[in-house]
Formats: sequence, C-alpha cells, structure tokens
Amino acid sequence: MEHIISLTLENKFGSLSRVAGLFSGRGFNIESLSVAPTLDPSVSMMTIVTSGDDRIIEQIMKQLNKVIDVIKVVDISENEFVERETALIKVHTRPEDRAEALRIADIFRANVLDSSPTSYTIEVTGDVKKVQAIIHLLQPLGIKELVRTGRIAIGRDPIRPAQAQPRPLAKAN
Amino acid sequence: MQLTGAEIFLESLKREGVDTLFALPGGVVLKIFDVLHQQKDIRVILTRHEQGAGHMAEGYAKATGKPGVCLITSGPGMTNVITALADAYMDSVPMVCFSGQVPTGMIGNDAFQEADNTGLSRPCTKYNFLVKDVNDLAQTIKEAFYLASTGRPGPVLVDIPKDISMDKGEFHYPKSVSIRGYNPTYDGSKWKIKQAADAIMKSKRPILYIGGGVQHSGASAEVMELAEMTQIPVDMTLMALGAFPGNHPLSLGMLGMHGTYVANMAMHYSDLVIAVGARFDDRVTGKVAEFCPTAKIIHIDIDPTSIRKNIHVDIPIVGDCKRVLIELNNILRATVNGNQREQRKPWWDQLTAWQQEHPLAYTQEPEAQIKPQYLINRLYELTADRDPIVSTDVGQHQMWAAQYFKLKNPLTWLTSGGLGTMGFGFPAAMGAQAAFPGRLVLCIAGDGSIQMNTQELATAVIEKLPVKVFVINNRFHGMVRQWQDLFYEGRYSCSQLGNVPDFVKLAEAYGAAGIRIDKIGDVDAGIQEALAIDRPVFIDVPVYQYENCYPMIPAGGSNHEMLLEDPPELKKPSSTHQQASQAGSDTVLTA
Repeated sequence: MEHIISLTLENKFGSLSRVAGLFSGRGFNIESLSVAPTLDPSVSMMTIVTSGDDRIIEQIMKQLNKVIDVIKVVDISENEFVERETALIKVHTRPEDRAEALRIADIFRANVLDSSPTSYTIEVTGDVKKVQAIIHLLQPLGIKELVRTGRIAIGRDPIRPAQAQPRPLAKAN
Repeated sequence: MQLTGAEIFLESLKREGVDTLFALPGGVVLKIFDVLHQQKDIRVILTRHEQGAGHMAEGYAKATGKPGVCLITSGPGMTNVITALADAYMDSVPMVCFSGQVPTGMIGNDAFQEADNTGLSRPCTKYNFLVKDVNDLAQTIKEAFYLASTGRPGPVLVDIPKDISMDKGEFHYPKSVSIRGYNPTYDGSKWKIKQAADAIMKSKRPILYIGGGVQHSGASAEVMELAEMTQIPVDMTLMALGAFPGNHPLSLGMLGMHGTYVANMAMHYSDLVIAVGARFDDRVTGKVAEFCPTAKIIHIDIDPTSIRKNIHVDIPIVGDCKRVLIELNNILRATVNGNQREQRKPWWDQLTAWQQEHPLAYTQEPEAQIKPQYLINRLYELTADRDPIVSTDVGQHQMWAAQYFKLKNPLTWLTSGGLGTMGFGFPAAMGAQAAFPGRLVLCIAGDGSIQMNTQELATAVIEKLPVKVFVINNRFHGMVRQWQDLFYEGRYSCSQLGNVPDFVKLAEAYGAAGIRIDKIGDVDAGIQEALAIDRPVFIDVPVYQYENCYPMIPAGGSNHEMLLEDPPELKKPSSTHQQASQAGSDTVLTA
C-alpha cells in the first residue's frame, strides 16, 4: 500500500543522502521524494512517497526515526491529508493541435508558461490523479519533455463543530 | 584560548578521558601526529595497517565498555578502516574514528589520497561528521563521543581536513550536548513491563534469550537476578557470552546455528521467549516461519528498529536492558512465591533430558591428532582461574571457542558476530591488552583468519602487548570446507591453504615467541609454556584437518532440526592416521 511520509530533518550537508541511502541500503521503495527548507532555515521538510506492507512501513518509520539528522517522522497518509504535485509539460503542437492543447490546459486550469511555434510549456498543479489525467490527454499530441516535482502533502486539521468558548470568570471583588 | 585544530583535537580527547589511540599517520594528519608527539597523556599505538587500528579500537571498547579511538589518514587509510567500522556497526561497538581529509579547498577535486570519507562510511557508521570550520571541532568531537557511547552504541567517524588541523580557533569544550534528532529511550514503558511480568508468571516453559545488549548496558547482575529468582533457563547469543556465566546451572549455553542442542530445543519448544538485548539474527532464528512456533515473545531492546524486524513480537519494550530489568525484577520480586524451581520442574526435567541426550561432544583418541575442541577445552580449564579476556577470529574455531570456553564475566569476550570479520581476533586482543596490561588476553584464531592481519605482530612486539595467539591450524578455511563436505560433495574449491607459513618462524621473525604443539601429550605443557612468556606468543597447533563443528542447523533449517554428527555417507580420513604435518611435509589432499 502507498504511504506518504513527512520528515522534518536537519538542513545540513549529507542529510538527504542519509535518508536516500537508508532506502537504497535496506531495499525500501521510493516513488517520489521532495525536499526544501522550512520557515526555520536550519530545518528541511521532506515528503517521501513509498509503498510496502504494514511490517515494511513500520520498519521504514523506525529506521527513519533512527537517522540522527531526522527530527520528526509522520505517516501523513494515516489520517486525512491534502497533497499536491506540479508538473511542467512541454507539448509538441502542430498548427492544427494548438487550440486543442490550450483547451486541455484550460479544462485543468493549467497555465501556459512558454510558447514557441511548435510547442507550449504547460504548468499544472493538483493531486496525483489530476496530473496523470492531463498527461494522459496531452500524450496524443506529443510530449517533448515532462518534469514533475514529486508529491508534497500536509495533514488536514480536524473539523470540529464550533464550540462555545468558556466565558472568563467574573472577578470577585 | 587560541589553539590549532590539532591542539583542539588533543585537548578534546583528554577531556573525553581517552588514554589510548590506535593510529597510523599520513600526509594530511601530520599536524595532528606532530602534536601527539609532544605530549604524554595519551598512549599512541602505531599499527601496521588501518584495519588493525580499527579492530584494536574495537577490542579496547569491547573489553572496557568505553569508546575505542583510532586515527587514520585520508584515502587508502580510510578505505582500510572501513571493515572495522562496518564490524563495529554490526556489533554495536562504541568507537570514534578520526580520519584525515585533503584540505577543504581541494575536496572534490580528486586530490592525491582523497576519498569521500563521509560517503564511504555513511552506511557503516552510526553517524559521521566532516569538520568544515576549526571552531566547530571541539563541539563535533563532543557529539561524536556522545553518539558513540549512548543509546545503541556504535562507531562514529570524524573527518578532519588538513587545513582544519592547522587553522587556529577558540577552544572551548562543551560540557553537554543535545541533538534534537537523537533521544534514545532508556526507560521502558511501565505498562509493557507489567505485561511482561504477568506473562512470565503465567508461563510454563519460559526461556531467557540474551544478546550483546546485556554486555553494553551492563545488565549482567539484573539478568542473573531475574534468572535465579524465576528459575528461567538462559540461552546466550554469540555476542552475550560472558554476560551470564557459562558454567552457571541455569545456563544452557549458546543458541543458534552452532548452539547447543538444549539451547535450541528450549527455544523451539518454549511458550515464552524473553529476548534481552538480542536482535533475532538469522543465525539464531533459522527458518523464520518455524521459529518458536508455540511461544509468546517479549523483546527488550534500546533500538526500536530491532523490534519486529525479523520476528513478530507480542510484548515490545523499548529501553535500556539494565533499567528495564530492574523495573521488571522489582515487580517479580513482589510476586514470586519462592518455589519457582518446584513449579518449573516439568520444564527443567525436559531441559535436563535434552542436555543429557546430546551434550556437546567430541572424541579425542589418545594417540591421534589433536582435536580443536580438546585444545580449546584444555586452554579453558588451564586458564579458568585467571579470568582471561578471550578474542576469536571467525570460523570453526570461533564456534568451538564459543561452545567450550565458558566465560564467567561480562566484557571478556571479543568476537566478530554480525559482520563475521576474519582477521578481527588478533588486533582486537591487542586492543584489550592495551587497556588491561596486566591481564591474560588470549586469542583463539584459525590459520585462515590469522593470516588476514599477521602484520600486527610488529605492533604487538614493539608496543609490548603480550597476547597469546593460539592458531588452530587445520590447513583449511575450515568452515568453508565443512560446508563443502556437507553440501558440495567434498569438492574443496579454494578452501585448502597448504602448510604455509610456519607460524613459529613467522612469530620469531617479528621478535615474538613461537611455540608448536603437535602431540596430544604436549598440549598442557605447551599451554603452560606459552602462558609463562611475557611477550606476544604465537602457538601453532596443527589439528586434525577434517573435524566438523556440531551441532549445526543447516542454513534455512528450523531450530529443532540439528545435525549432531557427520552424516554416515560423509567419508573422511581418520584422525588416527599418521600425521604428516609432524614431519613438516603436510600436503593437502586433492579431492
């Protein structure tokens, strides 16, 4: 089963290779990995998409926790979460396809970043299904280049019914 | 106070209480060696190979429980020490290795003797550092010792570029460290410990399965209390030998591939396995699907990744073995009703029956060639009152030493368990001898293994490390030959070593003593003679070549399916044949 793991780790030289090396050294799967600094520049946030049965995921979580540069590990996919991925797609366009390419981009609320006589570069952001769908639709036109960021995800905060705030006690004089 | 990086290195090591450094110089660490030359606080032992330096640091660490320290140069110095780092990582040995690196401005340029030290060591160290600023050096060294010796111990590498050792910086040694991504759990969950105590009280056929973690956490007394209070038998892994006395009535000996019959049967038929600081290694579990089919499993370990890695665990307890056992013993002390032995009688009757059915056994005909087991057993008996530290290499002799040398005290057993590094024993013994100059340190080696690090004879002689190396000489890679006999129809592919070198002459060439024991009647006298020499000694013991190590669980077999003796179809020369090696012309048989 697929899991999305969110890691907080030291933004230091070598931290990425410690995590990546753990996955390759122990034969764990990485489907995608993305990493960038957080508000605190000494800390990075990494999102790893991986897969495995419960036993393997338990080992992955424990092994990640054991990496000294890793500060916190959360299996985001255990609870509700939102995920996004951005793809840049350079699609080949013959004169008769240019309108179709723009139409597809429009349907997916994608942006055209660059245009040349024979191509458009389209930027699309969404969950993995949306990105895959637009790639699928653009493929018949001819995709010249495709770059994806890998997925990032964040947990949803729980939705609670609005509660009456406890009133501050009147001060007894 | 402004000091050079090299001086900061020295001052930091002194603050950490380092008294011995195993080292080999090179271009980029000359500044550090220059500083070491001008001080008297730390003994610097020059080794002949960086692997030797690494294993000596391991031997020092295993015998003292303190981190062993080595210092080596860049490039080939680093690649040579990798084996020792990997060995220490597998066996959780606290160790700090300092490596030289080319100047920071040249890193990545393929400079002379450059290697990516942090990249090379990453998968075989607990952590590693590249120091990029001399002002970070003291803090880095403090963190390195802290990481190496706390939690699950392990090797840590500190890579010091040449310019960092020469730069000047402010020296301030931190009093404490805090690393936000590193918070080992020492105290086990009280709730889980209570569950464990309940399970122990309910169990009819419990077994303690103790591992190297008991040595590292110093939990021998707690294991003893638990075992005696509850009358639970004790199985030891290879790494745990000595952590519980091998001659104690509750000890069943070593378990696993070459463990005793009773130790393996007890695991297989128990209803409760209490694993303490052990990791369910494949040499212990055998076939995982058939491992302990009727048992509940309690697993106490400081490393959460060890738990449920290979085997499903019912009651996991993450914590330091000693602290968890203190807590567990406190609960049990209030519950145990005094006649545990009585209640466990059916289980002990069964265990005794297994013990009597297949005890460890070998036959030594009086006029025949020396059997390896006989030699090791006599060595054990003749040195038992001297509480020796015993190191081994890897192979048949290691398993026989584990079976017959019944150690009584923790931190007296130096062996390479996880990585199985041939060549470990001799330098490890020297490291222990450096830590304890007055103690008897024995190395039980094979003729294959010892040849992987004989160059350290020079170190032993010059540094006056009087270790006694018994070379169990069967002119074979014995364990390889055993597998070839059992599973490859006796085709001895690359397992025959021939009758070279002459280990007596080899030792003498270096200025060490050499003794040969080749008659059964000379064994005791030869051992006594060796023990009386106050220099390093190589004792060459040509033994019967075809002895196999039993019991044996064939790879992939289940724990109760042990081979106990040579299968009848196996044909091999008898040990009573006239021994050719006595005439010095032993030619190896060609199959």
